[in-house]
Amino acid sequence: MRHHPFWQSVALLLIAYVLIVFGIPMLPGSALVPKSVVLQYMLTVLVGILIWVSDDEARWTRFKEPLHAVLVESRLKTIRNGLLGALTLMVGCFTYSQVRASVAAPPNLRSIHPAPPSQLTFRGKTISLTGLENPLRAQGDMATHLATGRRVYYQNCMACHGDYLDGQGHYATGFNPIPLNFQDNGTIAQLTESFVFWRIAKGGPGLPREGTPWNSAMPAWESFLTEDEIWAVVLYLYDATRWHPRTWGETEGGGHD
Amino acid sequence: MILQAVADTLPLYRDFPIIGSRGAVWIAAELHLMFAAFVLGVPMFAVVAEAIGIFGKDQRYDRLAKEFTRLLLIAYSATAIWGAVLTFLLATLYPRFWAYLTQIFGASMWVYVSIFFFESFTLYLYYYGWDRWKVGRSKIVHWSLGILLNIWGTLVMFIADSWLTYMMTPPRDITPETATTSIKIWHAIMNHTWMPINIHRLIGNVVFGGAIVGAYASYRFLASTSDEERAHYDWMGYVGNFIAIAALIVLPFAGYWLGREIYQYDQSMGITMMGGFMSWLWVIQAFLIAVLFLAGNYYLWIGMGRIPGAERFRPYTKWLLAVLVIGAIVWGTPHTMIADSRELTAMGGSHHPFLGVLGVMSAKNTAVNLMILATFLSFLMYRRANTRPVVPWAKTGTQIQGAMFAIAAAIVLFYGIRGYFVEAIVRIGYSVYQVGAVLACIVFVTVIDVLLARGAESRGTIQWGKMPPRSQYALFILAVTFTWLMGLMGFARSGIRQHWHVWQVIPDTSPYAATPALGYAAIMISVCVLIFLALVGFIFWLGGLAEKSTFVEAKHVGH
Repeated sequence: MRHHPFWQSVALLLIAYVLIVFGIPMLPGSALVPKSVVLQYMLTVLVGILIWVSDDEARWTRFKEPLHAVLVESRLKTIRNGLLGALTLMVGCFTYSQVRASVAAPPNLRSIHPAPPSQLTFRGKTISLTGLENPLRAQGDMATHLATGRRVYYQNCMACHGDYLDGQGHYATGFNPIPLNFQDNGTIAQLTESFVFWRIAKGGPGLPREGTPWNSAMPAWESFLTEDEIWAVVLYLYDATRWHPRTWGETEGGGHD
Repeated sequence: MILQAVADTLPLYRDFPIIGSRGAVWIAAELHLMFAAFVLGVPMFAVVAEAIGIFGKDQRYDRLAKEFTRLLLIAYSATAIWGAVLTFLLATLYPRFWAYLTQIFGASMWVYVSIFFFESFTLYLYYYGWDRWKVGRSKIVHWSLGILLNIWGTLVMFIADSWLTYMMTPPRDITPETATTSIKIWHAIMNHTWMPINIHRLIGNVVFGGAIVGAYASYRFLASTSDEERAHYDWMGYVGNFIAIAALIVLPFAGYWLGREIYQYDQSMGITMMGGFMSWLWVIQAFLIAVLFLAGNYYLWIGMGRIPGAERFRPYTKWLLAVLVIGAIVWGTPHTMIADSRELTAMGGSHHPFLGVLGVMSAKNTAVNLMILATFLSFLMYRRANTRPVVPWAKTGTQIQGAMFAIAAAIVLFYGIRGYFVEAIVRIGYSVYQVGAVLACIVFVTVIDVLLARGAESRGTIQWGKMPPRSQYALFILAVTFTWLMGLMGFARSGIRQHWHVWQVIPDTSPYAATPALGYAAIMISVCVLIFLALVGFIFWLGGLAEKSTFVEAKHVGH
């Protein structure tokens, strides 16, 4: 039985499930795996197992033996009936879980990376974003800029984005989705400074029309901060997280990483 | 002036009953494109198969080429019909915009129909002259007709591509105020994405043609009543699958070029496509390409059952499968996960703190390159299965091949991991090294393998036709997946224009201007795929009616 492909397949499926649902969350710094991803991973594993059992004629024939036996052999009548009952019950439970009323907000697709405009208007001044570098890097004293950025951050941003810039500010749990975690390598580390400037200046109200409705409580900071203050806080974000902003490279648009 | 006056008196839009103007044009354009891809892809490998038949003096390939062309003949009419439907729908539903396009591209439209005329008659000569010009110099003339057919087809596609790429990336000096009479036609044709699309489509057509031919062969295999027929269609299916997967391996590089040009033209268009609203399509694309890899390899592994000597490679296939499954898992892991509020809170956002590292391109490039290497190794084992090399350096040659695989895999892994520790602009460059290592491995290992196979002894005849029916469903899956992928990514390319007919030049002010929701788009794409496959099924049936006895004796067939 140990080397029977059917039972090996069942064992592989179970091991995969345990690894994905219980193993991954136990890793240091990890968290539970969303159901959508569990489903995706298990489907992939199932397809892989079905390929393995059926790419060889002898293995395929052996794999089908227990299935065939349980469906037709009279000595397995009790198991057959039991399986029929269990399967029906499972389908019933699944259907119930899908249709019962729930107070939780449904999962939603969210475009995390809105497309920036090629230019924006900042308090009446037109700024072209394409190829734009942080002007403060080429002027004044960096320590002063960082001090300004730090002050602006703690006065305006910290309550949501957190003391550690990890999106765990005092108000963070009040938002869904929670504020952006700048320490994550998938946020500002992937972006040019001009993109970050645009997001701070225009906030949630300035998100592009496509992909609406957006879930963003971020204010449009152009109403409260000057252009230099926003550039300073951009400098501070990169300095504090030790990420490097994306550079424009040889082409004006760069590529998608 | 007169043209402008006529254009100004035209209504902006008309509506189409029930499905609306956009739905009608969408279906007509997509079906025209799918049939066109088939009729442009198939002649490319029909002419190659005919050449193998002529220069390799192997009649089986000549028969195969003729059978490809017979399918072409029927599909050609369908392409023309859908092309006419599309033209009429555009002219009647979007009259003002159609007038705008004709004012710029009118001359190229006349050239287009002329070449289409030549293409049609070249095809008729090519097919109906097959048995008449089959020996000596007349056979070479016949083969030249096949080459000419490809030239006409490619020119037709290049012209049509210029119209649609102009809509997407019009030259920067053209603004809403630019008079159409002042736009030079060659200037409009030579826009940013014209050549990348041309190349991407050329290769894509070969992939698609191979997949559809594979599906045709599987259909005929399953309907076969004799061993000879089964053997022939088994072989044809193998050839179709080989063409599709081999061309698929180079397709992403053409896609990368196209994507790069889109970013260069307009960053926000590029981000909408890859990182914004359209980014979910790329996750679905990852799934579908994983399906292609799995189905293609599955077909090869089952096929080993009919090759004497393949049993010695059996123990390795499960490890290749493991690489493919893990690769598919990594490739399909979304960066932004679909999660409910409880899961979002637990993860601290929509990025998973651990699995999030698999959501970025470093992981995905590594996964897909290793999947390509695994697939290539499958092909190699399949190729080597029934031969015993006789060259004295056979063992060393095999060891060198093994070392090349190991080096390529190591380079892919090294740059994949290092990509996490460098800034984005450096990381982008790493994908070139990864791809370069894989391509170099494929080229050098193939060269060694060809030299190794010289004078090799056979371990027994391949038993063509001895394939279980489930292997043929893998070929069906390939064809369906390719078709769906084409519809899906075609929507991504076209949809990034958003509410513009011509990007930032002619706005779409019709009721259908809004970019459709992903669910609606998925339904439309699936409807197009269903209609196409139903029509192709009908064509397959007709192909079976037209000629029943093109197959040849199984015992002579090699690979």
